[in-house]
Parts: sequence; C-alpha cells; structure tokens
Amino acid sequence: MTDVLQLFVAGVSIGAIYALAAIGFVLLWQTSNTINFAQGEFVVLPAFVMVLFLTVFRLPFAAAFVATLLVSTLLLGLLVKKVLVDRLLRAGVLPLVIATIGLSMLIRYSLQQFWTPLALPFPAIFSRVPIRLGGVIVSPEELMNVLTAALVIGALQLFIRRTKLGWAMQAVAQNRGLASVLGINVSRLVALTFMLNAALTAVAAILIAPVYLVKYDLGIGLGLKAFYAAIIGGFNQIRGALLGGLLVGLVETYSAAYISNQFRDAFALVILIGVLLFKPEGLWGVREEWA
Amino acid sequence: MRAWRTLGVLAGAAVLLLVPLALEQYKLYLASLTLVYLIMAIGLNLTLGYAGQISLAHAAFMSFGAYAVAILGPLGVPFEAGLLAGALIAFFWGCLLGFPALKVKHHYLAMVTLGFNIIVFLVLRNWESLSSGSFGISGIARPRWGPVGFQSDRAYYYYILGWTLLVVASAHWILHSRWGRAFRAIRENEMRAQVVGVSLRNYKVMAFAIGSAYAGVGGALFAPLLGYIDPGAFSLDRSIQFLMMVVMGGLGRFEGPFIGAAVVTLLPEALRASEGLYLIIFSLSVILMMLFMPRGLVGVWDWLIARVTRRGLGPAHPPAPPEPATIVEPK
Repeated sequence: MTDVLQLFVAGVSIGAIYALAAIGFVLLWQTSNTINFAQGEFVVLPAFVMVLFLTVFRLPFAAAFVATLLVSTLLLGLLVKKVLVDRLLRAGVLPLVIATIGLSMLIRYSLQQFWTPLALPFPAIFSRVPIRLGGVIVSPEELMNVLTAALVIGALQLFIRRTKLGWAMQAVAQNRGLASVLGINVSRLVALTFMLNAALTAVAAILIAPVYLVKYDLGIGLGLKAFYAAIIGGFNQIRGALLGGLLVGLVETYSAAYISNQFRDAFALVILIGVLLFKPEGLWGVREEWA
Repeated sequence: MRAWRTLGVLAGAAVLLLVPLALEQYKLYLASLTLVYLIMAIGLNLTLGYAGQISLAHAAFMSFGAYAVAILGPLGVPFEAGLLAGALIAFFWGCLLGFPALKVKHHYLAMVTLGFNIIVFLVLRNWESLSSGSFGISGIARPRWGPVGFQSDRAYYYYILGWTLLVVASAHWILHSRWGRAFRAIRENEMRAQVVGVSLRNYKVMAFAIGSAYAGVGGALFAPLLGYIDPGAFSLDRSIQFLMMVVMGGLGRFEGPFIGAAVVTLLPEALRASEGLYLIIFSLSVILMMLFMPRGLVGVWDWLIARVTRRGLGPAHPPAPPEPATIVEPK
C-alpha cells in the first residue's frame, strides 16, 4: 500500500511537469489552430539556456531563472510567432506542421552540434533529502514540483478567467472572426499565447532538468508525452490538459514499476488510442464540430 | 504546356533508364532508394494531397510490405506474391484506419495515425517470434523469375523501376478517373461533394486505403534493397519524412512526389560532406521552404516553365493557377 502511495507521489510530480507543457499545446491550438511539433524542444532549449546562465555567466539562481524566462518568451514565443506563424497560417495548417517539425530538428541538432551531444548535469533546486509523511517517504523536490506547477497553472487560470486580456483570449479561442469584429487585436493576442506557452515550457524546463539530465534529444519524448496528455485530457480545454498530464505521469510511473520498464511509453499510448476510439474529444474536452 | 510536359516525361524516362548504367554501387543504391520513396510519396499524395487526409502512419504501412516479403520469402513464397500480400495487408489496415477518418478530422486523424505508427513499431520490436524483434531480419532475397534473377544491384534497380512505372501509371489512371475527380471534390468541399452525389464514405476510406497499399508495395521493394530490415526503419520519424516529401514537392500535384522524393532523399546525401552540419542545413531549408514556397517546389517548376514559354519558345499562356494546397482552413 505504501508502495502505491509512494509511486503516486512520483507519478503526480512528473505528471505536473507534463501538464505544464500540455497546457501550452492547448493554448496554441485554441487561439491559433497551431500544433507545435517542437514543443519538446521548447522545453529543452530553456534548460540549456538556464545552464548557460548558471555555469558560464555564474548568475545567482533567481536571476538566471528570470533571464531564461525572458529569452524563452522572446525567442520561442514572440520570434517564432512573428517569423513562422504569421506567414504560414495563411497557407493552411499543414505547412505550419511541417515547419514546426523542421524547427524541432533545427533546435535539436543545433544544440548537439554547437553545444554538446553529452548530458549536462543540472543543479537540484529543491532538496532531495527524503521526508516522512505518514508511512510514505517523499522528497521535497517531488512536492515542490507539484506545488510550483499548481501555482503556475492556478495563476494562469486566474489570468484567463478574471482579467480583460484573459477574456479577450477566450473570445479569440471561441471565434476569431467575431473577436476581431468586436475590436480585439487577434494577432497581438496570439502573440501573447505564444509567449505564455514559452513561459510555461521554461518553467517545465527548470522543473524537469534536475530529474533527467539536460540533453539535446530529451525533447522528443517530452513533446510526445505532452502531446498524449493534451489529447487524452481534451485538446481544447486547459483542465483537460492538466488531467491528461497527471494521468500520463501516473500511468508511466505505475506501469514502469509494476509491469515493464521497457513498455512504459506504450501504456500511455494504449490509453491514448482508447480515448481516441471511444471519446475522441478527450476525457474532459468539449466536442468540436467535425464537419 | 502539353508539348513541354511530354518532353519532360521523355527526358525523365531517359535519365531513369540510362543514368544507372554509369553509377557506382552506393549511388545506384541511392537511385533505387529514391524510386522506392517515390512510390511511398505517390501513395501519400493520393491520401493527403488529393483526398486531404493527413497520415502519419505511412512508415507503418511500409513495414507491412517489408515484413511480408521478409517473412514469406524463406517459406518459399515468390517475391511478387509476398509483395501483393504486403500491399493487401496495408490495404486492409488502411480500410480499418480509414473508417475513423470518417468521424474524425484534421489534427485528430493526424493523432490516430501517429499512434498507429508507434504501436506498429512497438509490436514489430516486441513480437519476436514473428519479426525477430530489434534484432531484425537479414538475408532478404531479391526476386527471381526462373532462370532470370535480379540479384545484382543494377538488375534490381531496373526491377524497382518496373514497379515504379506501374505505380505511376495506376496513380495517373486513378486520378483521371471518376475516383480522382471525387477525391478532389471531397478535398475542396465535403458538403458540396455530397450534394452532387459523391459517396463520402467509400471514397474517403478508399483514398486512405489505396495510398496505404502503395506504401505496402514500396516497403516490399525496400526490404531486399538492403537485404536487412529492423523496426527502426519504420519509425514515426520515417513517416514524417514521407510527409515532408509530399509537402515539399507540392500537395495534390502529380509532379509533386517526383520532386519531393528526390529532394528529401538526395539533399541530405549532397550535404553529407559538410560533416555534422547537414541535418541543420536540411532542417533550416525545410523551414525556409515552408515560409517562401508553401505550395512546394512544383511552384518553382511552374514558374520556370512559364518563363521559358514566354520567351518566345511557345505561346504566352499564363500558367494555370496551382490548386490550393489548403487542407484545413484556419478558423
């Protein structure tokens, strides 16, 4: 029983990080019908940038984090939106899909070629000294991962529900044309979503980097899991992505522990296929118009 | 335009027939591989370019053909029978996967097929009694007709070329029949297509299944080319590569796959000399292509022909506007 609880904490801790990346996916899809196939690299690049600020520029942790957040939102948010998305959306979704696949390759291989093909260590942010909670032993790192993710997601929800800018974003998500008629600057809001996405992936990067090492090809698996999470939960709902992220993290942890470590990725996939077959709008999503 | 087209086809045929005579082994292998990829791209162009259904499982369908000939060959089944079996299996799974395509659309179909490719990959890797797992199958024999064998690389190139011509001809026939017109009608406007009496259900499933069957043929020809296959050859990455071929060539244009398959196969080879940089240059050129030529390289081809014909070599016809490559209109 304690094993089950212990694995639950580990699963939720990883799942919360997947949820951050998955929510970014959903935001982009909602406001701009963009599927970002480079989402995994959007997590990896900030992790590398953070290492740069910490080890080369020797900035204190907080300063390095702020600098990373800034670089990520400007580079992966604003620049990608202005250079790729603005031009490509007019040509339809497919060229954009191909372009983001190209972007993911570009980031991945550039990091490998110009930085390092090796895995870089990343300082642990939170203590790993285990503490006892009832019968379960958990590390502060696991708890803080969940807490940080919860705080960020809560703040995001407040922003979307309670501020004017957030309402405008919802309006754009529901109906672009109508929103623009109502005087909302759609392009600026899409830019904002891209920056929000980049900020979310930057936070995910800082949380996940101490767990795995920082490596150029980490993004493939991460992007795929965020993708699974977004679909399982419901591609058009933030709460769905949150649920999906936690579910993927839990399924992965439990199946690795109890069934087979080699098949850990397969189980999340089986759930994904099941969801697509029986509830294609996702567990907690809203049915879209198909026709 | 027509005369130019004929000239282009004749020149292309001459290159395909004669050039391999002068190629050394590795380049001959690349030429054969390009033909196999051309078959793959023609299939995907049918599914995606003409019928507007995205498939990220093309490599999985390819694996059906490859494993069919690799497994049936040692049992004494002739190569052509194995190839047909592979194509049929791919067709069958294409039908099965095509049915959800009726209900789901756009990005959901991309995800269904993406998931399918990953599952096929995992099954191939773990069903060891059938596929030998990640160990792979080696010693895959090339076809033999009684006394005539296609064992040498050159002979096998011409064998692949024969199948390629069959595929090109059949795709041409399909696209100029009732079917092709129905596919295009569906892509342009489903509702209107239904109103004028196109049975959405049959055509959508068929477009998906026929494209998949072509992938089975490509896979069957691919396996003996190296003589060795393992699941790694049919990963999601490979499916994405096929997607790139079709999009880079030009969606829904008959010439598109020819250009796309050649570019995606040969460009990394041409850049290989630049040490580790070639993947970076390749991915950068993918992005730049999408930015400046979202209709694919066929657009450049149109432009070139238009320029040449305007320079007094023919009547100054404006080039036909390329068909829109839009698959999903943004909301």
